[in-house]
Parts: sequence; C-alpha cells; structure tokens
Amino acid sequence: MDFGAVIANSIREIKGHPVRSFLTMFGIILGISSLVAMNAVVKGMENGLKEALIEMGGMDKFEIGEEDELPDYQAHLGDQIPGLTMADVYALQASAPLLSQITPAVEMSRWNSRLSVRHEGRFARPYRLYGTWPSYMELEDHHVQHGRMFNDIDEEMANSVCVISTGIRDDLFGSPESTGEEVIPVGRTIFINDMPFEIIGMFQHYETETERKERLERMRLIREGKIKAPSNGSISRQGSFIYRLKNNSIFIPLRTMLIKFMSSKSEEPEPVQRIDTINVRVPDLESLDASIQQARNVLMITHRGIEDFSFRTEEDMAEEVQLTIRNYRVSGAVIAGIALVVGGVGIMNIMLASISERIREIGICKAVGATDAAVFNQILIESIFLSIIGGIIGLAASQAVIALISSLTPTDNTPEVTGASLIFALCSSVMVGILSGIYPGLKASRFSPMEALKYE
Amino acid sequence: MALVELRGVTKIYDLGGEKIHALAGVDLDIESGEFTSIVGPSGSGKSTLMHILGCLDTPTGGAMSIDGIRVEKARPKELARIRNRKIGFVFQFFNLLPRLTVQQNVELPLIYMGYSAARRRERAMEVLGLVEMDNRSRHRPSQLSGGQQQRVAIARALVNEPRIIFADEPTGNLDSNTGEKILQLFHELHAGGRTLVLVTHDPDIAGLTPRRIEIRDGRIADEVDTRLVRGTEQSRFALTRDDRDAVGDSPREA
Repeated sequence: MDFGAVIANSIREIKGHPVRSFLTMFGIILGISSLVAMNAVVKGMENGLKEALIEMGGMDKFEIGEEDELPDYQAHLGDQIPGLTMADVYALQASAPLLSQITPAVEMSRWNSRLSVRHEGRFARPYRLYGTWPSYMELEDHHVQHGRMFNDIDEEMANSVCVISTGIRDDLFGSPESTGEEVIPVGRTIFINDMPFEIIGMFQHYETETERKERLERMRLIREGKIKAPSNGSISRQGSFIYRLKNNSIFIPLRTMLIKFMSSKSEEPEPVQRIDTINVRVPDLESLDASIQQARNVLMITHRGIEDFSFRTEEDMAEEVQLTIRNYRVSGAVIAGIALVVGGVGIMNIMLASISERIREIGICKAVGATDAAVFNQILIESIFLSIIGGIIGLAASQAVIALISSLTPTDNTPEVTGASLIFALCSSVMVGILSGIYPGLKASRFSPMEALKYE
Repeated sequence: MALVELRGVTKIYDLGGEKIHALAGVDLDIESGEFTSIVGPSGSGKSTLMHILGCLDTPTGGAMSIDGIRVEKARPKELARIRNRKIGFVFQFFNLLPRLTVQQNVELPLIYMGYSAARRRERAMEVLGLVEMDNRSRHRPSQLSGGQQQRVAIARALVNEPRIIFADEPTGNLDSNTGEKILQLFHELHAGGRTLVLVTHDPDIAGLTPRRIEIRDGRIADEVDTRLVRGTEQSRFALTRDDRDAVGDSPREA
C-alpha cells in the first residue's frame, strides 16, 4: 500500500469539502488551543507561585495568625477569643527561647481598608500598608536602596516616618519612564489617610531578570524617542504578583501604625494592641516543630487555653501551592479533554457521513483490489490527517486564546508555552484522530464490495 | 483446466427468513481467450453469477476456481487479491472516482498492487493510449462524455493485465452509436487474445459474442457457441442477423 497515495487521497478529500473539513476540525482546533493555552496559563501560574515561594525567604520560619474557627470543643468560647496582641509577642520573647527572631506586623491593604496616599494632588493606591518592626525586612527580603529603614528609635517614639517602594514613588512623583530621571523622594512628606508621614527611605525596584532587561530596553527606546513615554507610572504594576506586592507597599513603624490607625477601632476601654501576624524565625529547619510547640505552649497560657491562633509554615504554603497548581492542571485538562472528545465525536460523525456518501467509491476501490485493511487505513489516515491539521491550526490558535485569556484576566504570571505541552497537544490530536477514525474505518472496510457497488 | 471453473455453484440470499435462490446450481467453464456473453432477463441471476465470477461475492454452495485458485472458501483478503491481480471490471455506470483525474482513476488498481508512482504513471499512460484516451489524462470524469468515461473504465480494467475482464452492461448507459464503438473495442481486445465476459440483457449484443450463455431462474437455460456451430471462430462483424438467428436456435450439447 502506497502511503503517499493515501495521503494524497486524504488531501483531495479535505480539499473537496473545505467548509465541511474546517467545521469538522473546529472541535479539534478548540480542544488543542485550549489545551495548550490552559497549560501555558497554569505553567505561568506555577512559575509565579514558585517565584513567590523563593521571594518570601527561606523555610526556617513560621507565621502565627488568628484563627476564626475554634475547634469544636471550644465553639462555645467564641465570644471570649483574645486575638493576637502585643502581649503575645512579649510573652513569646520572654518564654520561648527557641524562637530566634519575633516580628509582629499589622497590615492594612487596599482590599480590606480605606487606604489613600496623597502628595500635592497626586494619589497612590498602595497594595498594603505595613506596620512592623525593622526585622521584617529580612523576612521578606526587602532592600532599602535610598535613604534608610526606620529603626528602633522610630519604633519607640512612634515617629511618623515611612519607607516606600518604587510603585508608590511612580504614582506620587512620576516613574523614571515618564519623567526621564529617577526621582528619589526621600525627605518629602506624603499624606497617608490624611496624616503626614515623612519618607525616610525607598526600596529597590523588585523585578525578575527578564523584566529588568525589558525595562532597560524600554527606557532606552524612550530616551531615543522611538516610543512615547507612558503618562502614568504603570511599570510597577507589571510582573508577577509577589513583585507587584513588594513594589506597591508602604512600611511604617508598628507602634505608629497602632497609635495612628488602630486605636480608634478598638472598643475596649484600654487600647488593646491587636496585631495581625507574628512572624517567627527559628535557628534551623530541624527545630521548626519544636519551636512551633514552644510557641503553642506560650500562647495557650496567654490565650487562656483558647486556640484562636494557627501556625503557618512555608511547607504548608508550598503544599498549598502544589495543590493549587494541581487543581488548575486537572481542571484545565478536564476542559481541554471535553473539547477534544467533542472534537473527536465531530470527526467521527463527519467520517461516518463521508463514508456513507462514498459507499460506491469504496465499492469501486474494493472491486479493483482494495483489501479491507486498505480501506480501513484510508479512512483512519484521513481521520488522523484531519485531526492533525486541526491540531496544528489549534497550536496557532492557542496563541490567540492565550492573548484572549491574558486580556480578560490581566495576571501577573505571563503564560508560558512549553515545548512539552506542544508535543503533548499534537500527540493528543493524533490520538483523537485514531480513536475517532477506528469505528468509521471498520464500518467502511466491512461493506461487501457488491453491496457497496449497488448502492445509489 | 479452464481459466474459470464453476461446479454446482448456488447462491441463496436470506431476506428476513425468506430464502431467495439466486443461483440454483451452475456448472460453467470459461477458457482463456474466450469472449462470452451472459444474457438473461432481470432477476434471472445473471448479475449474481457475474458478481460470483468476479469474486465480488462468494457462492453459498458448490466449487469455483479462477486461474487454478479455489475461491469458494477464500477469505475477503484473498478475494481482494484475486480481483486486484486476475480480474478487470467494466461497469454500466463507469464507476470512475469523480475527484480523481483520468490518469489517477486508471492508476487505482496499481496502487493496491504496490506499484511506485512512476511505474503507475507509465503503465496508466500505456493503457490510456490503448483506448485512445491518453490525451485526456488530466481531465476529470465529469469533463468527459459517457463513451470517453467508459473508455477510461476499460483502461482501468486493463491496467493490471488481468486474466479475465468482466463487463456488466457496458453499453447500457450509452447511446447506440457510442455503444457500438465500445463493443468494437471489446472485440478488438478479444482479438488481441484477452478473455472477456459480457453481461447484458440485450440479446442483440449477446448475439455478437462468439459464445452466449442464457441464464433463467438461476440456471443456465441455453448455451450457444458459434465456434461449434460454424466450426470457425467468428468476429462479431462477420455475423449477419440471419446468422445470429440461426445460432440462437441451436442449443449446445453439454
């Protein structure tokens, strides 16, 4: 059997019915493009989450947070929960020797608080305002590039000072791209929720290596006048979430935070210094479990036995990340799988229609010597051919799907198309072609030549 | 041994419990180089006989061989091989594949024989020359007249150098003038030494072949061999109407 002749015949069949062939392939095109696109998006997400894990520092630390849900046996104590307070911090400092560094933090974010930042008529919307101790910088791997970080004296005096990141600078003073020079606003006064704060430091711009290259290239083009400078500082709003978060943050001393932003919220007669998290660093990974146990012992006393706190380790987060990625993978695979099944059914349907249209032709071929196997091969190869072409168009279309997804949900994680996913997609389309060609092929091969010839 | 041998061949169709005896025991020998016509009214079983002779169908009972190969119990793959190597078909409705060119249609049996593209082309052009259609090799069947299409179909039947060619009502779809020319082509092929079997319901056409077999109710009802009557092999154009009437009345002793 001449393979070239079979292929040529398949091409003729497809060219003979261009519209029908395209409609047939449409399911495969959709299936393959969504398969590749989902894969790319999940891969992008995975990259982002992995980056985030690295950016958040090492594994030798844990975070104590409040837990809204008490265990069942304490459900009746819900109205007595003490919450995390500075008292816990002091108790841990005094009674948990395994904990090498303890950093409390209070967070206000643009999502759960009114947060406005202003400077001479320009506004910024920071992702978060953090009140914490200077040691937090180590935990999140922050680096002050201009000016200085606030220190223990600022904390003790509750000074109205802040350290901002480049995104805030871009919003309030203009980005290097729009102004043509890098503004260093150290010493300027900005208003956070209408309260004046002096900028004493600014962090470096956080970005990946590729982002840095792209940014420098863009700067060069702007300088050479090849592209126009953006009117607003959008640059810090790009990149993966962890970078955007770090580039759009303001840090102030914890005590300043508690006094200026938190005291008015308290309903207690005496101000209770509620905090959001206590971040703990342990000397090494081996002592992590023991350290958590020690912290639990201390907190059980300060919280009068009420377990309204929880511990989060980076390991938990890594697991969560893995789980999230897996879930996205599975749901992406299911969606693409459904599309491929639909596409396969479409191909099978058309192949069935095509063979009942061509019964007479099949009869002729059999009369001049085509074996059942030759007829089967012809139909199968036509089916594979259709789905491979569909698959290849699908690969091209996946670029459009990715662009569509990116524009609908502008995400921090650039979708990444991997070679493996392309190969997998092509193999899938071949599989679909084979599976949907088998039944029509068998059916066609089983026509008796005489009956097929009689068929009108 | 004859090229084709049938011994007590029966064919029974089972139509929902009702058994149709399309062939009720046929004994027939076709020698190499013969030009035989099978004639009979519709429903007589002549088409069934031709399908069995052409290995498009298998007999229900009896024995049959083509070129020494037993076919009554052959598997579909073997039948396909016999059709491919030993048999050529010409049909009433030409049965060319509409999307293929003339040349590609003629090449079709060679594809299943495993010829290379170059050899296929060479051989196809050769037989197209034989039927004087080589100047139309790039045309599609729809661009040809009925007579031209039938010529292409004959070329396709010849391309694999078959031992025997079956033609099922080859002039049934042509006007009488064109039909004449096709028949003439068959007689030329016969004169060239080929074995031909012509199935027709038209006694006039059947009467022009040297040997005539009449089928009625699934049996051979009558057989005429002009070679036996006249003692010499006759070309159809040598026969007059009177000759034909004469042979028609002389049953052959089996």
